[in-house]
This record gives sequence, C-alpha cells and structure tokens, in this order.
Amino acid sequence: MDVFSLLMDGFATSLSPLNLMIVLLGVTAGLFIGAMPGLGSVNGVAIVLPLTFIVPPSSAIILLCAIYYGAMYGGAVSSILLGIPGASTAVATTFDGRPMAQQGKAGLALIAAAVASFIGGTISVVLFTVFAAPLADLALKFGPAEEFALVLLAFTTFVGLGGDDVLKTIVMICLGLVLSTVGLDLISGQPRLIFGDLPGFYSGISFLVLAIGVYGIGEVLHTIETSKTAPQVTPARITFKELGAGFRAMNRLWRTMSVGSFLGFFVGMLPAAGATPASLMAYGIARSTSKKPDSFGKGNIEGVAAPETANNAASTGSLLPMLTLGIPGSPTTALLLGGMVMWGLVPGPMLFIEQPDFVWGLISSLYTANFAAVLINLALIPLFVWALRMPFTVLCAIVLVLCIVGGFAPSQKMHDVWLIAGFGIAGYLLRKADYPLAPLVLALVLGPLMEKSFRQTLIAEQGNVLAFVERPLSGTFIALAVLFFLLPLAKYLRKSPKDGVAPAQ
Amino acid sequence: MTVSFTRRAALGLASAAAMALAMPAVASDWKPQKPVEMVIMAGQGGGADRLARLFQSIIQKENLSSMPILPVNKGGGSGAEALRYLKDKEGDAHTIMATLNSYYTTPLRTDIGVDIEDYTPIARMALDTFVLWVNADSDIQTLDDYVAAVKAAGGEWKMGGTGTGQEDSLVTAMLEKEFGIKHTYVPFKGGGTVAKNLVGGHIDSTVNNPSEQMGFWQAGKSRPIAAFTADRIAVFPDVPTMTELGHEMVYTMQRSFVAPPGTPPEAVAYYTAMFEKLAESEEWQTYASEKALQTDLLTGDALQAYFLEERQRHNDILTSMGEIAGS
Repeated sequence: MDVFSLLMDGFATSLSPLNLMIVLLGVTAGLFIGAMPGLGSVNGVAIVLPLTFIVPPSSAIILLCAIYYGAMYGGAVSSILLGIPGASTAVATTFDGRPMAQQGKAGLALIAAAVASFIGGTISVVLFTVFAAPLADLALKFGPAEEFALVLLAFTTFVGLGGDDVLKTIVMICLGLVLSTVGLDLISGQPRLIFGDLPGFYSGISFLVLAIGVYGIGEVLHTIETSKTAPQVTPARITFKELGAGFRAMNRLWRTMSVGSFLGFFVGMLPAAGATPASLMAYGIARSTSKKPDSFGKGNIEGVAAPETANNAASTGSLLPMLTLGIPGSPTTALLLGGMVMWGLVPGPMLFIEQPDFVWGLISSLYTANFAAVLINLALIPLFVWALRMPFTVLCAIVLVLCIVGGFAPSQKMHDVWLIAGFGIAGYLLRKADYPLAPLVLALVLGPLMEKSFRQTLIAEQGNVLAFVERPLSGTFIALAVLFFLLPLAKYLRKSPKDGVAPAQ
Repeated sequence: MTVSFTRRAALGLASAAAMALAMPAVASDWKPQKPVEMVIMAGQGGGADRLARLFQSIIQKENLSSMPILPVNKGGGSGAEALRYLKDKEGDAHTIMATLNSYYTTPLRTDIGVDIEDYTPIARMALDTFVLWVNADSDIQTLDDYVAAVKAAGGEWKMGGTGTGQEDSLVTAMLEKEFGIKHTYVPFKGGGTVAKNLVGGHIDSTVNNPSEQMGFWQAGKSRPIAAFTADRIAVFPDVPTMTELGHEMVYTMQRSFVAPPGTPPEAVAYYTAMFEKLAESEEWQTYASEKALQTDLLTGDALQAYFLEERQRHNDILTSMGEIAGS
C-alpha cells in the first residue's frame, strides 16, 4: 500500500467518535497545562499515562499526542502574557511576544503564536507522513560530532540575538555555561562546583529554576520598581477586527513560517537536539534575513511566528526517531516511548512494518490534534487576554505564587526555592545593567549537551580537533556557525558604539 | 537540564494531584499513601530505563499497587546522582530505586559518600546478558575476526558504551585483558544511544544488552558476534557464547529494586509482595523470555548477601583493571 491509502486507513481510526472526543479533551487539557509556567507537556503526559489503560492503545497514544500538541500551543501563552517561558522551547517566544503584550497587542501575539503553531505543526506532519522512513537514516548519521556542531550553530545565533551588545551576550553565555557545569560530570561521574558538598547541587541547576528566577521574579521586581512612579495598566482587549488584522498580518509571514517549519522539523528530528535549538535558530534566521532587523526584540510579530512554527514542527519531528529508532528526542517522547512499551508495541525499525495500523492511526491523529488545537486556542484567547487585565497589584502576587510553586513542585526541594530567589535578584540587577537574559538561560540548557558531545568526539577521535570539520555534516554546521558569528561582529565593528540598541530579552 | 527537571515536575504535580484524592490511612495493613517514586539509575531509553518502565506499567495494569508508580530518571554521574538522592530519602516509605550494576561500581570508583549496605533490599527481578555487537556492514563475522580487527586498528578501535566504570566498560576491560587488545572507549549517556551510534557508524562495536539492540538486529542493521554467557541465549540460537569459544568471560547485569536506608519494615513487606506478584505475571514472563533475561527472584537477606558478594567481585575486577586501588 502506498503512503496515501495507509494514511486514509489511519484517518478511519482517528476520526471515530471516541477518538475525536479524546483529541478535544487532550488538546484542551494540554493547552492549560502548557500555559502554566512550571508545567509542560511532560507533566501532562506523565499524569495521564496510567489512565490510558482504559482505552485501546491506538486511542491512548492519540490522547497523549493531543496533550503533547496542546501543551506546545499553550507554552506560548505564558511566554507572551507573563514573560516567563514555561519550557526551554518557549524562551525565544518571549523575545518579541512579551514586548507585544506590553504594548497592548497581547491578543495579536497570541493569534500569531496559535496560527504559527498550526502552520508549523501541519507542515511538519506532512513531512513526517511522506519522509518518515527515509529520514530515520539521516537521524542515524548524527553522531557526537554533529551534535556538537549543531549546538554550536544554535549558540552563534545568540550573538545575533543580543542586538548590538555582542560583548554582554558573550559574558552571559559564559556565565550560563559555568552554571551548566554544576553537578555530577556525565563522563567521569565526579561532582563539580557543588559549593562545599551541598547535596542540592548534585543534580545540577535546572533550566526552570533559572528561568523562573530571572524572568519571573526578576520581572516582578522590575515592574514593582517602574510602576511605583507610573502605575502601569496593560491595555489588553480582543475584537473580531483584531482577529482579522491578525490573520492578515500572518499572511505576510509565509516565508518566515515555511523556514521555521522545515528547520524545526529537521532539527527536532535529531535525537538530543530538539525544539529549543530549533526555535532559536528560526528566530535568528528570521531576524538576520529581515529588512528591519532592529524591530526584533521590540514586539515584531515575525519574532513570535518564527520560534512558534519551529518549536511545534520540532515536536512532530522528535516523534520520528522515537518511532523509527526507539530513541526519544525529548523528555516527552521518552514518556510516550514508555507508554508504547506498556501497550506491547516495540518502537524501532520494525514498527512501521509490523504495526502499520498503529503508526498511521497516530500520524493521522496528529493532523486532527493540530486542527483541534488551533481552534480551541483561538477560542480561548479572549480568556487569556482577560487575565492580563487584572489590576497589577493582584497579577503580581499571582505571578509570584506561580513562580514559587512552579519552582518547588518539580523536585520538592527548598534548595530550588532559595536558588529561584537568588536568581531573581541577580536577574533584576542584570536587567538594570542591560545584560540580555536569554543567552544565560539557553546556555544552561545547551551547555551540558555541547560539553558531552565535544568530549565524546575528542575521545573517539583520539583528541583530533579537526574531526569536527572533516565530517561533512558537522563541517557544514561549523562553517555556518562561523558565518553567523562573524556577520553580526562585522556589523558591530562598523557601527558607531553610541547607537547601541537594548538587547533582546 | 530540562530532562531532569521535567521528570521531577511530572512527579511533583502528579503526587500533588493524587494526594488530594488519597483515601484516609488504614493503620494495620500498610499501603502507600501517595504515589511511589521509582528512581532509575540511568538515562532515558537504555535497557535499565525500559525495563523499569515495563515494571511500572505491569504494576499499574495489574493493579499491584494502590498508588501510581512514577519513574524518575537520575542517570547523572554513572548513577551517583540516584544513589545520593536515595540516601537523602532516608526513612521514606514512598521511594524505590531500580538498580543495575553501577549500584556497586559507582561507589567503588568514586567516594560519593554512600554505602550500599545501608539501603534496604527489596527484590532482584532479573539478570540481563551481554553480547558483543558490530555494525551489520562490517566484515567481522566471528570473534577471531573481531580480535584481529581491533589489533589491526592499533588502539583506535572505538568501543561505545555507558559511563566509564559502568558495566559496558567492565566487559570491555575483560575483553582487553583476555585478548591483549586495546580499545578507545567512548562513554554515552544510555545503552539506547550507544546502540544508535553503532548503527549510525559513529563507533565500531558495543557490548549492548540484547534488548537494546533487538530492534536494530531485527531490521538487519547490527550483528551479534558472541555472548558473554555460559549457555546460548534462546533468541540468538546461532550466536556462540564466550564460554564455548574457550574464554571464561561471563558477566550479567542485575535488575533489582532497593529502598532508601531505614525504610519501615511494613513498607518493605508491601513492596516485596508487590514484586513477587509482578514476577509471576504473564506479561513479565513473556517479556523476559523474548529479551533473553534470566528471572531468578531474590529478596530480603539473600538479596543483600548477593549484593555484597557482587560488590566484592566488582571490587576485584576494577582493581585488576587498575581502575581503583583496591581494598
């Protein structure tokens, strides 16, 4: 049977009344879970996993994928409304989403995020449908050297992200890298930087603790200070007129969204890379190819669309290595993998041959989940926007509570709450001194990956550093990374230092 | 970073949700009152992880536990992260840990301030086997071919495996000692990643457990050369064992469960009974035979004695490898 008829059989499964209901439920639940800072698709999937025994396996995986999808849509909501990325994949969405909300265009930003997510999701599902089998081999080509080169490429886009403040960006990247080395070393098993054997540091510093600290607490402190002199009300509303304007605005962003979709899908597909580098690179490309790069970081709708298409496309892409190789590309897909093992399905090269009903039922449900997610998300935007209109005195307290609960819940250690408080104050001071915070947070996410793959390559290649450029794939990435690094540097050197622009946050 | 966070986030959230629903305690017959955390000493996707998740799923499916079991990966530092974590949970009746051989080797290699004698043994569920693998595109068909190829590579032969000092590196060291060969050992975070890197051609050989390579082997992408067992593995009837090839190299990986130090005895009894029922379940029996696992159940004092004996054995292996000074 060819791909098309297999897919039609799949739709016969996924469009049954039970499965349709499951998709709607899952997407709605996922949307709210993703919208809460501190929660995300992993949490949603983990909670629901044991409940899936009451339905047949094909419905169970549809439920999990619907939650997964819904949460990816929801992740943009807290980035835009509160400026707190709930997951590392949504960091890039804050760059322009937050400024848009502050300018009273929260509704527009949310529409952009929803539509962009839909486009990214849909294009990547089509790619998945057509290329799933051959692309599995490409994922295998990714060894440690390629992983390192890819992460390096993601890093160099920061330099572009940091506006004209290349030096400050580099300082923040270095600080983030230092924080990322805290904890037990992956390769030798030795504890590093544990500050006199504080057990809390053994598991390292988690992304969320840092992000909640510098973005959540830092932002609250900053707003308290500024609103003392001038009470700040976010004028947020949403009308049908705005909805129409939103769609028209999106219409101009086809190029950005196509780039984001393809990039997201391919980067997401690579085991160990995933949606975070994908969303960053999409943002970086959108910014550097834009006619008005200076408008990025100040509420450009394109800056919301690019990372949102990419992270949704990547979430589909990361299903590919899980299904075809049995290697999870992200924490959530690792949970999905656990679920499949539970239902007696063995993910791996044989799955497509032995279980076509399951595979194609799943793929077709990605189409329906995507469609349901965009509709439900658009319907809920007025509710999200309404939440922003709360008096600041109330909102501030709620955000503070969300920050502390969201930071404590994952590991249930007071250690993390103290860290959040510390990072909050540090974040506030860094913001005052105009240091960009995104490179700090993202260096913490990407640092461990980069360090591990770098050392693995050097061990495998007997310490030959040239190995990174000799391999065709990693060599290409390194060349691109060097290019990305040099371009803004050249711009920086040409410009006079006094017209410096505030960096993206 | 995100990985470790999100797992724990899942757990925290789920436990909060489940606690709200929890029934009032019954004093006489001990039952978990909140979700039970199942710490996994390895990263996602490897043999240890998949097996722990399988146990979790059978427990849920057969209703063997009154509360959900929530797997949490703490694979950092060859399991040191998990061992430290479990030590800090002293007296906690709602945490169990899925162990593998790094349960002995990690504390032997590095002083991380734990003594495994302090932990509470629950049940040994299985012994996993090791097989020498090469990429299916390789010319190597027999153990002799393999030894010759490694010798010809002059120390640059890339053997991939789990963290340095963990099982895969011990088996590699046994190979090196037996045949007088030298590998370049490349550590990865989990057996699943190791398997993928072999098939992708980034490393030259592995000593994966059968379950880690099963999918690739069925797809014709990897080739088993010899098994580190005494008897042939049922699923690989054509793969010779090291013993029959005349090399005394038998090594198994234990898959057991332990609880933190000072776990209340009634909780230990509960979990032991739970795993005894699990061991009899049909799903587990089927899985174990498909994946070439040996399923001799050990509990309580017998298990502790086994642990201590194995720790001594690993101490000897590591000392002879020059990995540790010996004691």
